[in-house]
Amino acid sequence: MAILDLDSFHEIWQTITRNKTRSLLTAFGVFWGILMLVIMAGLGRGLAAGIMGGLESFPSNSAFFFPNRTTIPYKGFAKGRWWQMDNSDIEAVRSIVPSTRYIGGAVFGPWATDNNVVRGSRSGSFRVMGLPPDYQYINPTKIIAGRFINDIDIREARNVCVIGLKILNDMYRPGEDAVGSTIRVNGVYYTVVGVVQTGSDKINIFGSMDEMVCLPVTTMQRADDRGDKIDVLMLTIDGKTDINPVMADVSKFIKRRHMVSPDDEIAMDTFNLKQIFDVFSMLELAINVLIWIVGIGTLLAGVVGVSNIMIVTVRERTQEIGVRRALGATPSAIIRQIMAESFVLTVISGLAGLIAGVGILVAVSQYIKLNPSDFFAPPQISFGAAVAALIVLVIFGLFAGFLPSKRALEIKAIDALRDE
Amino acid sequence: MITLKNIHKTYNAGTALHVLKGIDLEIEAGEFLSIMGASGSGKSTLLNILGVLDTYDEGEYWLDGRLIKNLTEKEAAHLRNKMIGFVFQSFNLLNFKTALENVALPLYYQGVSRSKRNAAAMEYLERVGLAEWAEHLPNQLSGGQKQRVAIARALIARPRVILADEPTGALDSQTSLDVLKLLREVSESDGITMIIVTHAQEIAEKTDRIVRIKDGIII
Repeated sequence: MAILDLDSFHEIWQTITRNKTRSLLTAFGVFWGILMLVIMAGLGRGLAAGIMGGLESFPSNSAFFFPNRTTIPYKGFAKGRWWQMDNSDIEAVRSIVPSTRYIGGAVFGPWATDNNVVRGSRSGSFRVMGLPPDYQYINPTKIIAGRFINDIDIREARNVCVIGLKILNDMYRPGEDAVGSTIRVNGVYYTVVGVVQTGSDKINIFGSMDEMVCLPVTTMQRADDRGDKIDVLMLTIDGKTDINPVMADVSKFIKRRHMVSPDDEIAMDTFNLKQIFDVFSMLELAINVLIWIVGIGTLLAGVVGVSNIMIVTVRERTQEIGVRRALGATPSAIIRQIMAESFVLTVISGLAGLIAGVGILVAVSQYIKLNPSDFFAPPQISFGAAVAALIVLVIFGLFAGFLPSKRALEIKAIDALRDE
Repeated sequence: MITLKNIHKTYNAGTALHVLKGIDLEIEAGEFLSIMGASGSGKSTLLNILGVLDTYDEGEYWLDGRLIKNLTEKEAAHLRNKMIGFVFQSFNLLNFKTALENVALPLYYQGVSRSKRNAAAMEYLERVGLAEWAEHLPNQLSGGQKQRVAIARALIARPRVILADEPTGALDSQTSLDVLKLLREVSESDGITMIIVTHAQEIAEKTDRIVRIKDGIII
């Protein structure tokens, strides 16, 4: 016989509803436990999604290399030497890193100076960067109009630029087509070939793309008299390869090319996004672990309540259980009855808590969608978490019935029927 | 139908209490008899053993040709369910179930479907004259009515034996006579062996045979 067919459910339901107040109060413990679990899990996910939002679009195994003053004398050079990477390093690095997906060098232009960008009668102050074509992938970028910098721009050092959305809004009339127009940046005229927007409002490696004029890196080198020097080398490798050994190899390789001591840790600054992402991932994990511990603890308290009440109930029901046994209820029928009562009480109140919790999350979700926040994405409980909560409920439900049913089994029919 | 051979029973609650000291008893199928004895004489213990609610230490208990010894709880439950009906002094109806549901309960443990067992329960309620009270809860019934419901419940599984423990103990004399009449009726029409435990002489006198117990032996 299944643990719950319709007939035994009727039998169980009758005993549960016999004392409605007590059943309701008992059920409330479990209801509250699962409600808290669902709400906390949902808000935790919302918080994590708020913090981590958009990070998924970032290629996490990207590394950045910046030269710095040397601190160790090497091969006849004194310490304290300024050194720079150049364009040839890019192809050299590509040739030793087979897992390369995106690579390029960038030149930092001057910081936004007074009205350095001019178009007709309008002017504004914006950052200027010399960037490689791959930058649009290394730092995910939305192209709103036209295109990003391409290889031909780089090879020919063309006088073109890509502007951010804010520049479009500040310097152009609404609806005006920027692509093909000309703007003056730090005294030089460039043809606008594209308009871009930042791909993530959480992470921007060299500042927001919305407020940036992007020149081909070679154009920037010429405009700024930088020769073939670059300020930073950027590298993204495929997702399967570990970035850390690659970073070490590339550092060593570049140092050797520029006669910098391989032991000089200071002479080369590096960072990779994975380190930062790992911190966030740990944070998310910690939040989740905390939520589940507290949530399951709350739920457990509710379940212990159910178990406790059932034990008391069993004692009160000595006569009933004795009668049932005299009338032919087998021990397993009694166990099934008590277990099923606890189980039904736990699962029904738990389901009610689950539904109420999801309902509250949906309401909060609607509110946050109307009032967006930097730290909270609309909370949601994943299907997996809901299923996990259900599984926990079922296990706890059976657990809640275990002790009381054992207690019920100790009742012998003759004890119950003794009139004296 | 029932054969008891030299049944002994001792309770060990602190000090050993030798309650039954060699009971020999032969009961034919369809007999209508009473077991009499003062309180403490061992008659309730004997009833518990007859009802497979309790075990005995020594001797043999044959019920319908079967030796009742070393049964598992499950076997005992099945035996009680199929073979034996119980009627108690305090009725022992489940107070949250209607008269109909109370009567139907033994069939629930036989796995009979709800509609079938309710139909059967109705039939037996009719037989004890309480069809109109089917949907009433026990506390809406009089003592006599409660005992009739209990008798209907004892009958529904078509047992071979009904054990009635002081069935009239909580009833006034007129109702007692009615209940006793009903017990005799069902015993005769269905050929059920009826064993009534009582300490009241006037009840015992209404049965065909009186078995008297004193200090754990039949006198």
